[in-house]
Amino acid sequence: MGALDARRKDAGDGRVERVRQRANWMRRRSLQMIYEAGQGHPGGDLSATDVLAALYFGVMRFDPAKPTAPDRDRFIMSKGHCTGALYTALAGAGFFPEAELTTYLQPNSRLNGHPNRTYLPGVETNTGPLGHGLPVAVGVAIAGQVDKADYRTFVLTGDGELQEGSMWEAAMLAGHRKLGNLTAIIDRNRLQQGARTEDTNALEPLADKWRAFGWEVVEIDGHDPAALLSVLDAPATPRDRPRCVIANTIKGYGISFMQDQAGWHHGVPNAEQYAQAQAELTSAKDHA
Amino acid sequence: MSAQAPSSPGLFDCRDAYSRALEALAAADDRIVAVVNDSVGSSKLGKFRDRFPERLINVGIAEQNMVGVAAGLANGGKIPFVSGAACFLTARALEQIKADVAYSSANVKLCGISSGVAYGELGATHHSIEDLAWLRPMRGLTVIVPSDPWETAEAVKAAAASDQPTFIRISRMPVPELTHAAPFQIGKAEVMREGRDVAIIAVGTLVCRALAAAEQLAAEGVSARVINMATIAPLDEAAIVAAAADCGAIVTAEEHVVRGGLGGAVAEVTALNQPVPMRILGFDGFQPTGSAEWLMERAGLTAKGVAAAARDVVAKKIP
Repeated sequence: MGALDARRKDAGDGRVERVRQRANWMRRRSLQMIYEAGQGHPGGDLSATDVLAALYFGVMRFDPAKPTAPDRDRFIMSKGHCTGALYTALAGAGFFPEAELTTYLQPNSRLNGHPNRTYLPGVETNTGPLGHGLPVAVGVAIAGQVDKADYRTFVLTGDGELQEGSMWEAAMLAGHRKLGNLTAIIDRNRLQQGARTEDTNALEPLADKWRAFGWEVVEIDGHDPAALLSVLDAPATPRDRPRCVIANTIKGYGISFMQDQAGWHHGVPNAEQYAQAQAELTSAKDHA
Repeated sequence: MSAQAPSSPGLFDCRDAYSRALEALAAADDRIVAVVNDSVGSSKLGKFRDRFPERLINVGIAEQNMVGVAAGLANGGKIPFVSGAACFLTARALEQIKADVAYSSANVKLCGISSGVAYGELGATHHSIEDLAWLRPMRGLTVIVPSDPWETAEAVKAAAASDQPTFIRISRMPVPELTHAAPFQIGKAEVMREGRDVAIIAVGTLVCRALAAAEQLAAEGVSARVINMATIAPLDEAAIVAAAADCGAIVTAEEHVVRGGLGGAVAEVTALNQPVPMRILGFDGFQPTGSAEWLMERAGLTAKGVAAAARDVVAKKIP
């Protein structure tokens, strides 16, 4: 697996900057997709973008020409509505042509409103309904554990999504089985579709809950590429605990009028808002 | 057929065939893994666990997680056979079966154990008589209802050899070993007895009863074709159209509610292609507590009941 290893080991000083640049491109491009399609989930896309950029452009081992290679690292998007972040990451990583992003949500497009693995290379499992991605990721990690394989499995979950019971069924099993090859990242933006998580069905103390289920927990700024890279980088050998990364993020990150507003969970900017948003993202690109 | 204890000579529990077949497959192919929800005993996988401890993944009492984990195992190159009580596996994890397995085309084999009214006395929560209606419409999900131990083992082997997501409905009611003239093939109906006056199409525990009904009918001069429709999805539509055309009347029989299961599937085909008088035998809604055999008799799911329905439908044939 030499070619795949090379990607993981490309840990030079340019990596943080590359992730930052890719994240800024992803934000601009996903907002364009949503604006042109007239639909989408900009709030969650923008909060998750830095995490995906760190994984696809800094951490994970994969070959877009062999999207089902058995030794690839896996990424599972449990919050399946955030396709703006996922599709720009996959296109940027070479799984399909960037030009295809213009087909987002169009009839017969491979770029569904929620990801579909049978259409689109790089998608590991079909998600959309919440509470599904973590169990599937646990299954992949168990397969790797049984095979003593060295690939890693990453899953990004929403924080509101943790209100689904199936997530805790999976968390319990991962802790029990000591899945050191599994990393769950929580996009902790503190907003769900209609309200704040803490006003709906509070998650705190969130870190303690994961620790109680047998996980190692790390809390970071989910918009800091350097922090993300250092936390998500591969350990040399599987550890004896799955790792939970609570990535503190801001829904609608990078756009002044969207930031931390529940109303932008699936809002679409008008022409004026779109121009302003793109201007803000462009001017922010050098100091994200 | 009258009520008989599982230990009656000549009758078998299909779970034994399931576990033996799975063990043999696992010995030959290390991709085979078993996934259970604290259901090693009820799935009869104790020997499997002893032989392949690393490949028996017990997720605990968590059906949604179990099906998601199985989809992940398939992603990791395994061929997971998930077995748990059919009532919980199908109902509780229905969305996981839809999204993670069928819609994702994940190579997962779901085995619903103790299906139908096997858990008769435990009440309607534990009866699995709506599962075919839930699963049959999911395009891409193969649905198999074996009729006896041989067919159960063949279904398990065929599912392992296929890369399609599959549901196998496995009974624990005692059934005899039937005589099969043709090899098992997914998607292919088996004509187990030729006939021209009426076609009886049955699945699972009703196949042996349909054959006994055909014997009774023959003694009265009524010639009944008996078709074992072990694969409900994809359905052998040609066999149904031929049965309707040749016999002019159809009775279906299944250990399932009368809406949405085998009978519904057959009616969809005949209504669109070859309408004929039909009777659909099954359960009408939630069932009370009682032994499996008592519930079957109450619903007319006996050789006698099938024969009576056949007579009725023959009388309604369009001249």
